[in-house]
Amino acid sequence: MNMRTLLTRTTRGLLAALSMVALISSPAFAQLNVEVVGAGMQRIPVAVPNFGGDDGLGKEIAAVVRNDLASTGLFNIINTDPLVAEENSSVDFAAWRSRGADALATATATRPGGQIEVRVRVADIVKRGSLGNTTVTVPGNQMRLAGHKVADFIYQKLTGQPGYFSSRIAYVLKQGNGPAAQYQLIVADADGQNPVPVFKYNQPIISPAWSPDGTKLAYVSFEKSKPVIFEQTLKTGARRAVASFRGSNSAPAWSPDGSRLVVALSREGGTQLYSIALATGQATRITNTSGIDTEPSFSPDGQWIYFTSDRGGSPQIYKMPAGGGSAQRVSFDGNYNVTARPSPDGRTLAFITRRDGGFRVATLDLATRQVTVLTDSQRDESPTFSPNGQMILYATILGGRGVLAAVSADGQIRQKLSAVNGDAREPAWGPNR
Amino acid sequence: MQNITRKHFIRLVPALAVALLAACSSTPDNSSDLASVDATGTSGVPKLSAAAMAKLRDPNSPLSKRSVYFNYDQYDVKSEYNSQLQAHAKFIASEPNARVLVQGNTDDRGSREYNLALGQRRADAVKKQLVLMGAPESQIESVSLGKEKPKALGDNESAWAENRRADMLYNGEY
Repeated sequence: MNMRTLLTRTTRGLLAALSMVALISSPAFAQLNVEVVGAGMQRIPVAVPNFGGDDGLGKEIAAVVRNDLASTGLFNIINTDPLVAEENSSVDFAAWRSRGADALATATATRPGGQIEVRVRVADIVKRGSLGNTTVTVPGNQMRLAGHKVADFIYQKLTGQPGYFSSRIAYVLKQGNGPAAQYQLIVADADGQNPVPVFKYNQPIISPAWSPDGTKLAYVSFEKSKPVIFEQTLKTGARRAVASFRGSNSAPAWSPDGSRLVVALSREGGTQLYSIALATGQATRITNTSGIDTEPSFSPDGQWIYFTSDRGGSPQIYKMPAGGGSAQRVSFDGNYNVTARPSPDGRTLAFITRRDGGFRVATLDLATRQVTVLTDSQRDESPTFSPNGQMILYATILGGRGVLAAVSADGQIRQKLSAVNGDAREPAWGPNR
Repeated sequence: MQNITRKHFIRLVPALAVALLAACSSTPDNSSDLASVDATGTSGVPKLSAAAMAKLRDPNSPLSKRSVYFNYDQYDVKSEYNSQLQAHAKFIASEPNARVLVQGNTDDRGSREYNLALGQRRADAVKKQLVLMGAPESQIESVSLGKEKPKALGDNESAWAENRRADMLYNGEY
């Protein structure tokens, strides 16, 4: 691409921009807004001009892509507005270098046969070469998903790691207090946009957990005056109680093959772990202590279950074989270590530790036993890894309100996702789409 | 059934078309692959006679006292609740239709699921005491609300103490 091409495209881009102003400036349906409050030391300068093809569509998708990349704190997005650059346009490396870009993504967005198709190419401006190209195709009403998939591709080309923008998150939004409280289980894009309440009721909802294929959520609802575990198919809304035994039913964790839920039940007194085969509903007890065993989570290879137990006197993290058997203690520092969640590569646990009276997100390197406390807040809960293991989303209290926050697994980058109205809590990060 | 299904399908088509058109012209996606649902139904519990209900609600009776409070990090029922729980145990044993739900609660510090287990421990303790005092086990269910339904809000000792509690609910109250 040379500068003249850029300029002639500018006029068209401007016209398209004018027609889009109303839509962009509308408040949309966003209930969570991402704010990067800390960033990596060196950000990669990236240019993502508006996409060619269908200019209105290209501009919208490019905005989603820029937002996704900027939210990671890893990239410095160079302002190119209102330039339009087609995927197959020739790249003027010197011109882009003079604008400070290390990398450039160009793309063409079209609507063939009711679908959205985006052809995207990533160029290394420093080395003057292509980093690769791909074509993303999504249903015609999933414009933002197209952007997220394009951002996943660019992220992978620039960092070597898979992206996580096409994933979804689930969380609980609580509005009002006491008898007036309303709870919604919300599924949203990873950036908090497109929130859809998939279940709502005037009783608490906790512990949502994604099926490994991303088609279902298991969660705990208090609609029957006690905790009962439901499984809900997201596409149809079909829901059924999978654990509604006498006593409390909670803490669902999917096996990586999606065939079982390990849960905490109190049907024999106390709180103990059981494995439920989803095909038959058969529940098998897998812990046998007089103490509390809860908050199970599978290792990604399905071999182990990490869980919280107070068998040693204080709540600590243990691991045991997935089918049951003797448990080993995993956490040792401090007297309150709970809610262990393994990273996707199985090497690290994210968990909550109490330090100096505050509940904080920490990681434990399972090989070296090194513990790193990542936050300095007071009321952190429910850590959950992004599908690529780079970020940890969690719930915390800020200014008296429940908000979701994220921290990179190395502690360098921080994001805050604040709900417009109500308390956001109980995040669970689902798989990429 | 087939006819009904077909009729509903035909009626749905224009609505879908409108939804799809709307999606094309707005910035947020029409997340048509996600369905929203509401909860339905309540628990099925037998009825208690009006006379029995009146006994439970008599403010001068120990049966009107339904709460048991616990000390910080404690899960044993204090002896000061003996006469209250004895009255309930006797009532439950004399009313075969009585069903009791003991809901345990905790203060709001720490993990939701771990607190749920701590609240369960309190509810279990109340149930155990009632059974030891002669109430049939089958009429009592102990469950936990953990820190999800605090009676008192606030970050102070009096709110926390109010929430370290188990409540007894009878037929029709849950």
